Amino acid sequence: MLVNQFLILAAILFSIGVYGVVARRNAVLVLMSIELILNAVNLNLIAFALRNGSADGHTFALYVIAVAAAEVGVGLGLVLLIYRNRRSIALDDLSEMKG
Amino acid sequence: MNVLAASEALNPLPSGWFLENSWLIPVVPAVAFALIIFFGKRMPKKGSEIGLLSMLVSLGLSAGSAYQWIQRVGAAAGEQFVEPVVRTWNWWQIGGVNLTIGQSIDGLAVIILVVVAFISTLVQLYSLEYLRGDRRYTHFFAALTLFSAGMLAMVIAEDTILLILGWEIMGLCSFMLIGHWWEEEANSRAALKAFFTVRTGDMGLLVGVAILYFASNEWTTENLGVSGFSIRGISAWALSGDPNSTVILVASIALFIAAIGKSGQFPLHTWLPDAMAGPTPVSSLLHSSTMVVAGVFLVARLYPVFFEGLDIMGAGGNLIMIIGAITIVIAAGLAFVQADIKKVLAYSTVSQLGYMMLGLGAGAWLPAVFHIFTHAFFKACLFLGAGSISHSASHHSFDMRKDMGGLRKVMPITFTTWIISTLALCGVFPFSGFFSKDEIIDNVGNNGYTMFMVIGLIGAFMTAAYMTRATYLTFFGEARGAAAGHHGADHGAHGHDDHGANDHGEDEHGLDAHAGPHESGPLITIPLMILAVLALSSGLLNATPFGTSWERLKVWVEPRPSVVMEVRASGPGASLVAAESGYAKTPCGTETPKEGICFAPKLEHAKFKWSKAALSLAIVFAGIVISWLLSVALYTKKSAALVGLTSRNRLLGAGYRFLVNKYYLDVLYEQVIVKAVVGPIARATNWFNQNVLDGVLHGVARSTTSVGRWTYRNIDQRVVDGTVNASGRVTKGAGGVVQPMQSGKVSQYGALLFAAAAVAVLVLVIINT
Repeated sequence: MLVNQFLILAAILFSIGVYGVVARRNAVLVLMSIELILNAVNLNLIAFALRNGSADGHTFALYVIAVAAAEVGVGLGLVLLIYRNRRSIALDDLSEMKG
Repeated sequence: MNVLAASEALNPLPSGWFLENSWLIPVVPAVAFALIIFFGKRMPKKGSEIGLLSMLVSLGLSAGSAYQWIQRVGAAAGEQFVEPVVRTWNWWQIGGVNLTIGQSIDGLAVIILVVVAFISTLVQLYSLEYLRGDRRYTHFFAALTLFSAGMLAMVIAEDTILLILGWEIMGLCSFMLIGHWWEEEANSRAALKAFFTVRTGDMGLLVGVAILYFASNEWTTENLGVSGFSIRGISAWALSGDPNSTVILVASIALFIAAIGKSGQFPLHTWLPDAMAGPTPVSSLLHSSTMVVAGVFLVARLYPVFFEGLDIMGAGGNLIMIIGAITIVIAAGLAFVQADIKKVLAYSTVSQLGYMMLGLGAGAWLPAVFHIFTHAFFKACLFLGAGSISHSASHHSFDMRKDMGGLRKVMPITFTTWIISTLALCGVFPFSGFFSKDEIIDNVGNNGYTMFMVIGLIGAFMTAAYMTRATYLTFFGEARGAAAGHHGADHGAHGHDDHGANDHGEDEHGLDAHAGPHESGPLITIPLMILAVLALSSGLLNATPFGTSWERLKVWVEPRPSVVMEVRASGPGASLVAAESGYAKTPCGTETPKEGICFAPKLEHAKFKWSKAALSLAIVFAGIVISWLLSVALYTKKSAALVGLTSRNRLLGAGYRFLVNKYYLDVLYEQVIVKAVVGPIARATNWFNQNVLDGVLHGVARSTTSVGRWTYRNIDQRVVDGTVNASGRVTKGAGGVVQPMQSGKVSQYGALLFAAAAVAVLVLVIINT
């Protein structure tokens, strides 16, 4: 079944994204990794929509894309402000909330 | 339906490898773009060789398609409709709806493909020298290549989806290339202005495409088996008599707004002159010869929609003609007061785009498309000539008054090519512009729009006059400023085509710039010469004055307005088999065909008369002579009667200020409209904030404070504090245990998050099995 390949691709993408979120220090790269995760999810939605022959998955994927765009907008805004204040976007330096 | 009997009258149309695989034409530069971005910096020529090679391949493929298309047209009988070569692929399936993208190659697509690929190749060649040592050399070539891919994709588009895709890629590349030297604030402002102004129009494209889809989808699915995104389907639907006149009117106005934005028509033309902040090759390729004709192309491509929606060929003129005519005159007026040579050319481009729109609006489809073709060559040549001057003679300045003059002796090749292209632009016989522009004016008059024909002639006069002024200032008279060899005090702050600090170092160019004005190198002059030859000769492809046997483009490009019988072969997704019976019985566009389908409306062609051409030639010569005499008097002899006339005569002064301030349109947009939108909203918000919200808040606050005081005394001190103090002690103990986890490191939190999610998934899997 073709859906399997989609799911495997999505799983690989998801894993790369998780690796990026956990291992990268650069905030922009982390945002990009989050995009990868979201797109892995989209791929799953579309794959199942294809299997079930319904448009629901497509619709939902479109919502995810819209939300992801908003998320990147807010995220990059945060990164920009952080950069202006600290001249650095390394996430490890942002540990003021340490317990 | 008797297919056999009907097809007896038809000749089979040959296709070929190039026509069937035209989709490769945009794909090659798109792939090249990716290669340049990823590997360009490591290549020996910094990626420029990939761009140039891909454009050469595209040019070869386009030429092959053009050759095979000409053969295909040649095989068709007299008035037989020549079916475009269509191939589609499924792009997206959603809920039973199949969205396809694909190619549709016809005469219009072929001619624009050849022009775009050709000019792109020459401009990339020119840029090798012009941008040598630029700090973003690789990115420049990447964006230039991506732009070509976008434009070519839009041209071959079978459906409005691919059309939008190509259209938006072009908008993006235009933004990137105008702002190529974004370190200077003026450049990035110009890039933003271009992007936002064009986007204003782009809303119209989305709205128009959506309206067309929902209005036509049912009809096209039933009759042609294609969706409402297919351009062929939309065209046939528009001419079928099925559409509601209001719907098609609204759709065509929405689409025309997109064309206004992209093609710099009044009132959204203000971005185009500012776009000259980009490097000169960009101005030459995007903002004169190819990208800005995208709007004209859109109108030409979806012509049946405009034909029906805006009542083209109807009495009294229509929106397209009015906008085109206004644009011709106002842009030509602005070209008179510019000191910057590129701005003169930019306004000239706007004005020529107005001619194309005027032609399309008046039913002169072929002359308008022909004008796209000839204009691309001579305007690209003029821009590259301006670049050549700034590169080698005027020390990166584009100021005609300060840094040019007398260059005809030091730059003979640039001068010759400039003169040829200028004459072509003015429309002097036998240069190419004469054949196309005169045909537009002639056909506008022939279709009964005398007033618009007069405006066209006035525009021709103004074109001749402002180009003579620019030529005089640049090449004649005495040398001034940098052209005379001195760099003056503003050495550090020269014009906007300065490449930045790092190219004045070791390379030969840095030394050249200080050696006084001289002719440019072969990489610059060879494209100029090729374009000049075409500016001279490309008009002969449709030389109406010499008789019908010279009208090659009319045969090759213009779709034939014959009624086609569509017989659909059985099976899903089958291609269309065109059969035809009794063509020319129903002139398409004038009445609804009884059976069968039209793809193109029937248009009139004016009969060429030398008497009419003589009139327009006389007007052009008058423009040249008057402008020449005035220029000599004003700039060389400094005639006392003319110098400072605008400051002495109040009426002329007011007119001059009106022009210098660009009809106050920028003021209108930035000061009035933006402020009108922003101001009242801000004031209303403030009022609401002060009176409503604050009143409510104050009331709430007062009551809250009194409640709060009571609570504090009775509940807080006695009940809560006791509890809290007790729980605090407990929490502090617990917190000590988990404190190390609160490291403040985001990545650790992320790892915990995913680990917890993984555990949850495992639990779910175990529970469910």
